[in-house]
Amino acid sequence: MTLLMGRAMRDVFGQTVTELAGLDPRIVMLDADTASSTKADIFAKAYPDRFLEMGLAEQNMLGVAAGLATTGFVPFVSTFVAFAVVRPLDQIRVLIAQTGLNVKICGGYAGLFTGAAGKTHLIVDDLSIMRAMPGMVTVAPGDDVEAEQVLRWAASYKGPVYVRLVRDATQRLFDETYAFAPGRAVVVRDGGDVTLVSTGTQTPRVVDAADLLAARGIDAHVLHVPTLKPLDVPAIVAAADRTRMVVTVEEGTVIGGLGGAVSETLSEHRPTLVKRIGLQDVYGESASNSELLELYGLSAARVADQVQALLEARTIAGHAAHAIPLP
Amino acid sequence: MPDMTAMVDAAEVARLEEVARRIRVGVVRGVNQAKAGHLGGPLSAADVLAALYFHVMRIRPDEPDWPDRDRFVLSKGHSSIGLYAALALRGYFPVEELLTFDSLGSRLQGHPDMTRLPGLDMSTGSLGMGISAALGIALGCRLAGRDARAFVMLGDGECQEGEVWEAAFLAPRYGLDNLIVIVDHNKLQQYGWPGEGPDDRLPPAWPGELVAKWSAFGWRVLEVDGHDMAAVVRVLEQAAAGDGRPVAIIANTIKGRGVSFMEGRYYWHTRTLTAEEFATAMAELGEPVTNPAGGAA
Ligand SMILES: Cc1ncc(C[n+]2csc(CCOP(=O)(O)OP(=O)(O)O)c2C)c(N)n1
Repeated sequence: MTLLMGRAMRDVFGQTVTELAGLDPRIVMLDADTASSTKADIFAKAYPDRFLEMGLAEQNMLGVAAGLATTGFVPFVSTFVAFAVVRPLDQIRVLIAQTGLNVKICGGYAGLFTGAAGKTHLIVDDLSIMRAMPGMVTVAPGDDVEAEQVLRWAASYKGPVYVRLVRDATQRLFDETYAFAPGRAVVVRDGGDVTLVSTGTQTPRVVDAADLLAARGIDAHVLHVPTLKPLDVPAIVAAADRTRMVVTVEEGTVIGGLGGAVSETLSEHRPTLVKRIGLQDVYGESASNSELLELYGLSAARVADQVQALLEARTIAGHAAHAIPLP
Repeated sequence: MPDMTAMVDAAEVARLEEVARRIRVGVVRGVNQAKAGHLGGPLSAADVLAALYFHVMRIRPDEPDWPDRDRFVLSKGHSSIGLYAALALRGYFPVEELLTFDSLGSRLQGHPDMTRLPGLDMSTGSLGMGISAALGIALGCRLAGRDARAFVMLGDGECQEGEVWEAAFLAPRYGLDNLIVIVDHNKLQQYGWPGEGPDDRLPPAWPGELVAKWSAFGWRVLEVDGHDMAAVVRVLEQAAAGDGRPVAIIANTIKGRGVSFMEGRYYWHTRTLTAEEFATAMAELGEPVTNPAGGAA
């Protein structure tokens, strides 16, 4: 059963932060000329005085946010991930992460869904970069329901937060009873044969992959990790304990992001074979969303096939095999 | 402009000059003790720092987080020891603490760290950023209805950073006349381009270039001799009378000001002193060292 579609995360972003601004007069929105794309324009219409257009000057924008935070405002900074995270990285490091100032960095157009914009806009390593930064809470919501809750939580938390937001509508993972808890991973499917760990809007596709695997007699356990930092170490160790193999799946580079985080954690606490599915040290390119998911092995079918192949290779090699064969 | 001719009380000027002298003493002592840090930049900035912290800024040293205070951001964060000396003399922390500069566990980090030392309005050190943060402070004070000003000091070399001009482009659009930039135009940067003689370097900006550029970006530009205390006080007071435009004060200064062998020498940007150099510097600053070997007297 394929999961149904939810609302586009960017709409959730625009609407939720606008609602929050109605409750909290300290909230301001900073935009670098992309509001019509990120949907920060919803905020601009509702609260024109608190919508601060910074123009095409992202490094300055992050610095202005830091300054505003010292005067008691809660700045939500919005533009595409490429320009919200990577372009002004040193400003984030020095003025926001090192100071611990109360700035919310909302990176739109995360992952592969950039409207076919290609490699300049398709940032593969935002999670790797942000989770490596001391003091930076790093969250990749799995669907629209979770994104809304993450934004509400971020507004209530005092300190820097990076929220990774996706442009297009993605599948809905959670129902209205779901409650996001910062720093907590969530078991979204119980199984005993293999653990699939995922983050962001890749998780719904992993749940679909688990359904495909079930039809092939493979019972996958699925752990959703919305908060990359702080990481839910006990949940990852517990998931590894259930199965003898862990596969991470992420819409980004396998270096340093979720795959990196899980590998680091398990090598220290519970040495376990980990296979990392995601972009294999490459940049992206322009194509439709579905084509890109196929190309990088992230569609439900491609994830299922890779996991099945991995388990079969292990069975043939026998249970003594402790490593994935070198390519 | 009537306030151009306004006299600053001579006794007040003398008091501020004495503060500036003590800031310079604190700089030389702190850097000598740490065997690290910068000299040329803090020495050129000392007079402006004295005027700001002892005459111009509305602050409460016993209540560093006072919400209505004027703010100061040292965008050229490598001149931290100059700012620390000003803060200590103004009563934010004990003057003796200046000797902990750069040492393990000190609140006086190599570059200003606002998470450690009360009285710092922003952390800086990566050049080009402080002006953006000051812009955000000025904007925040405006939005919150506070009558507070954001002063920010840039280096002339720092003005080569693109972010400076991002901020320069934006501030006039928001009419932030509570944002006051002071460019410490000491005509040198760390290394720069070679000049005529073996030890000569070209200035980071040509004569008149900074005035032209800040004016072109829509700022109200004022120029001053950054070592003429009466003029410095006057120009800072003049800057406060806002006309809807942000203000850029180009302070013409001399790098290493106050220590003859450092003045105008690019290699004194950062350098450790020998015992003799330390003694000479302290003597020139009117604070002869009684035990030259010990240094930290
Ligand atoms: C972004 C960045 N690049 C390089 C440095 C290293 N650095 C520290 S001071 C300096 C020269 C600064 O010159 P200027 O702004 O003119 O300062 P001043 O002469 O007043 O010391 C350099 C290159 C830095 N701190 N930040």
